[in-house]
Amino acid sequence: MDAGLVGLMHGFSIALDPHNLMWCFLGVLIGNMVGVLPGMGVLSTISILLPLTFAMKPVAALLMLSGIYYGAQYGGAICSILLNLPCHPPHAVTCLDGFPMTRQGRGGVALGITMLAAIIGAAFGIIQMIFMAPYIANIAFKFGPQEICALMLLGLLAGSTLAKGSPIKGVAMTLFGILLSLVGTDVNTGSERFTFGFLELSDGMELVAVSLGLFGIAEFLKSVNSLSPTVKAAKLSYRDLRPSGRDVRQALPAIFRGTFIGSLCSLIPGTGPTIASFIAYATEKKLSKTPERFGHGAIEGVASPEASTHSAVQGDFIPTMSLGIPGDAVMALLLGALMIHGIQPGPRLIVEQPDIFWGLIASFWIGNIMLVFLNVPMISVWVKLLSVPYRFLYPTALFFVCIGVFAARNEMFDVAATLAFGAFGYLLLQLGFEPAPILLGFVLGPRLEENFRRSVLLSRGSLETFIDRPISAFFVGLSVLLVVAQVYAALRKAKPPVRVPEAAFD
Amino acid sequence: MSRFQNNRDYYAGALMALIGAGAIVEGSSYGVGKLTAMGSGFFPVALGVGLVAMGGLMAVFRAPAPAGESGSHAQSLHAAGPPDWRGALAIALSVVLFIALAKMAGLFPAIFACVSVAALGTRATTLREAALLGLAVAVFGVLVFSLGLKVQFPILRGIL
Repeated sequence: MDAGLVGLMHGFSIALDPHNLMWCFLGVLIGNMVGVLPGMGVLSTISILLPLTFAMKPVAALLMLSGIYYGAQYGGAICSILLNLPCHPPHAVTCLDGFPMTRQGRGGVALGITMLAAIIGAAFGIIQMIFMAPYIANIAFKFGPQEICALMLLGLLAGSTLAKGSPIKGVAMTLFGILLSLVGTDVNTGSERFTFGFLELSDGMELVAVSLGLFGIAEFLKSVNSLSPTVKAAKLSYRDLRPSGRDVRQALPAIFRGTFIGSLCSLIPGTGPTIASFIAYATEKKLSKTPERFGHGAIEGVASPEASTHSAVQGDFIPTMSLGIPGDAVMALLLGALMIHGIQPGPRLIVEQPDIFWGLIASFWIGNIMLVFLNVPMISVWVKLLSVPYRFLYPTALFFVCIGVFAARNEMFDVAATLAFGAFGYLLLQLGFEPAPILLGFVLGPRLEENFRRSVLLSRGSLETFIDRPISAFFVGLSVLLVVAQVYAALRKAKPPVRVPEAAFD
Repeated sequence: MSRFQNNRDYYAGALMALIGAGAIVEGSSYGVGKLTAMGSGFFPVALGVGLVAMGGLMAVFRAPAPAGESGSHAQSLHAAGPPDWRGALAIALSVVLFIALAKMAGLFPAIFACVSVAALGTRATTLREAALLGLAVAVFGVLVFSLGLKVQFPILRGIL
């Protein structure tokens, strides 16, 4: 605990540095904006800005990029509640009761409750991270290559099968992502793999090109003419946001339940904020004495999923920062950003890079407080932003994609590769794939191969090494359990508890 | 429901199997080696085998057709509908134009072409609107990226 307190103090000294504070503010501001704008995703925004952070210090870069992620959650709720547009998957479920509230003229109250839920959820998520991340990292210190390998297997399996869509397709996407990560010079032997004579590929695929192709251009291709013209949102001022005492009393227990569900979900790779929000909504409906109110503007139906989203978003950082295993595509991208800055993710990060770890945590506190202050007085500005039509948005974003990819390493080849990935990503979407696990595989691939080679080398070619060691065997066991559970569920053809409105992936 | 939708999982499985087979063929040329002495090709081949297997599973365990599950607003908004050729062409052309023009003609014409061509992908956008949007973004882009961040392009080749 003492160490945690000292670390936190240190973190605040980092995060309050005017330079870092500015980047953190910029991050949450951009995030909030992107969250509000229909049709813009967190993943593509982070990828576009990633090359621009190369010149920055790693701490500032990470604070800003993370700020985009949790900042967008504040904006996403506005879009869901006022327009019934599930622009951001974690907030899709908020539409169900948020929009009916808007119709009843209580949209402001719904947003006010969302703010309350956000701050409680986020606070809990951050506290959880302060306590758990160093603890988990401490255990992970003893991990050898076998344990790392087994853990990655578990993380990748969970990430690809528990998320949205078919588990088989998810695993295929992960495998494809790992395959992509092998492109370039093999570090062990120096031979070139899958470069097909392109000199530009000998350093490997560019992370930004992969993610902007799959999540930027593919997304534009999908929604270019299908996104409905924006509806005018009602005018709101910050006075409307104030919920009555009765609203708060009704929402508060739901907020705490949602927070708890979110924090649990964040610890399982692959079940990030989106799944947390659906579980929270379903739980709330089941627990309610008046389930018939749900879908017609029940305030709990807004409070609980929103709280769970925010606590899961913050908790998402735990496995990423303590183990170096990202739970979803956004985390994979942030991890990739760290690696580009020359920082090796893994359990040593907290000890070796206290500036980054504790600075990030402190910036979460600051960023979330900034977001509340950004949203409450500026709500009318955000509402105006909602009416920016998508047909002007995507051409502008396309330019940012082009210049962002180019700037990553001054290479036009990468821009062409991005277009190719965009076309391929669109094909994947048409075939019912969810491309998000590709990014997981792509970021973890090289480390998986390296650790696998090392473990098998140490055991002189025996695969039993993975089940001989207790911790590694535990992870392998969990992976097997996961697969068995999936097969069982598939055979039973269990219907999901809530009908999930298909939302764009983030 | 279209035939494409009905057979979607077959195509998906075939695509993955194809990629997997490619990885096996190409990977085995790098030298697979044995577990005791892995070659560069070991991992690619293993992944290829995995992809082929997944492709097979996809064709066997086909998911029930997704369309018509629920007619909700959210569904119609985000389900991948039939491809929109005008939009697709505009987006592809816009990226190609950016690549071609940035070095040859300069950043300003490249951004202008990129943005206004992309904007024309939507039927609702008029020629005038597209041109104005292109102009606005080009001015902004040159200010930020050429003058601010010093991206290495001429602004207008031969002049600036």
